[in-house]
Amino acid sequence: MYVMNWGVIAQNLPLFLRGALLTLKISLLALVLSIPIGAVAGLCRVSRNRVISFLAACYVEFFRGVPLLVLLMWIFFVLGRFLRLGSYWSAIVGLAIFSGAFVAEIVRAGIEAIPRGQMEAARASGMTYVQAMRLVILPQALRKVLPPLASQFIILIKDSSLVSVISVVDLTLVGKNLVATTFRSIEIWTFIAVIYFCMTFTLSKIIAFFERRGVRE
Amino acid sequence: MKGETTMTDRAISIRNVSKSFGSLRVLKEVSFDIPKSQVFAFIGPSGAGKSTLVRTLNGLEGIDSGEILVEGISVHDRRTDINRLRANIGFVSQSFNLYPHLDVLGNVTLAPVHVRGQSQEEARERALAILGSLGLADKARSFPQQLSGGQQQRVAIARAMAMDPHLILFDEPTSALDPELIKEVLDAIRQLASTGMTMVVVTHEMNFAREICEQIVFMDQGSVLEITPPREFFSSPKTERAREFLGKILHH
Repeated sequence: MYVMNWGVIAQNLPLFLRGALLTLKISLLALVLSIPIGAVAGLCRVSRNRVISFLAACYVEFFRGVPLLVLLMWIFFVLGRFLRLGSYWSAIVGLAIFSGAFVAEIVRAGIEAIPRGQMEAARASGMTYVQAMRLVILPQALRKVLPPLASQFIILIKDSSLVSVISVVDLTLVGKNLVATTFRSIEIWTFIAVIYFCMTFTLSKIIAFFERRGVRE
Repeated sequence: MKGETTMTDRAISIRNVSKSFGSLRVLKEVSFDIPKSQVFAFIGPSGAGKSTLVRTLNGLEGIDSGEILVEGISVHDRRTDINRLRANIGFVSQSFNLYPHLDVLGNVTLAPVHVRGQSQEEARERALAILGSLGLADKARSFPQQLSGGQQQRVAIARAMAMDPHLILFDEPTSALDPELIKEVLDAIRQLASTGMTMVVVTHEMNFAREICEQIVFMDQGSVLEITPPREFFSSPKTERAREFLGKILHH
């Protein structure tokens, strides 16, 4: 009969904390990197230039079609070997490229949600395509893009648990290591699930708060 | 074609313009000139090609053949700096298309600042003067969604005027408005006509067309059937098709 011993949690609290912070840090860095990647890819996707649009579509489709686990392995063992990325940056680059594909779709949807008449009015007043995008379309698209972008951050936090396979000591790997030494798998995995849930649930509540406020404005 | 008008008194020359959407021919060999300081109204049944024609005048729509000259510059020539040309051509559409993320002042000053290169203060001063002349002085800080349709369309007119255009195109400016809001918009256009602005107005408002324009351009199925001064057009139209059209809309 298995006897619970939650003391293992209390004793290793600093370790868990460090792991959780690393998880947040990696996710946040990956998000910050994936926003410019996704913005560029999203803008290219709506370009009237077929070649540019096609290349952006290739990027999006490819990285949405490859499992993140495989992508992380590939970056760490193949790309990382040549670029000397190390596990930490391999993880961030992998997550950012992966997430960028989703951000690109978010950006594209945001731009396409703006009525055609807006671009038309801007162009009719003599603005260039770039001016119309910068001054009229993107400021409006940005508002539509923020909520799904925040959700993407939540997804990143969860997906980032996979970086443990390339030996980044995030929350998941902290748990794995502790289980290997203490054999307290029930307590540790339960606690880790709770921490992940607390992080994502808090975030989603914060997002919901801002969305409500946005609607009222 | 009037041979006697010289290049300089023509605001717009339309020459043998044709256009198709797929197999549908929406403009068929359209040719006529619009002299400076005149108001031309495009009327005709829906699907006649009026809106398409007005939208080809600033290059929002392409053409398949022919040529359109605005102040002597070929609109659809690839070598033409279309943005520079458009800066001089005001465009007011049926759906207002105000920028919802900017207040009224922001809407009116955006192009003057970024296309004309005016300073913010300069553009703001001019915008306030125009808004004042259209009875919108107290709305400068409102956002489009806080305005009625009539007010929004008047802001769209102010936005076009702020560029000091040489001509203004109106594509069914009152079609999206509730009946009681139409008058204030027509008044604004009337006011503009009285300043000698060259204007093209696609409209279904027959009384308005009769009152403000120099020529009625009657279109049906992609062709211009007649170009007649309004008094004559409404009393004795030249073509059978125009008679039929007027019979339907004036006696319903």
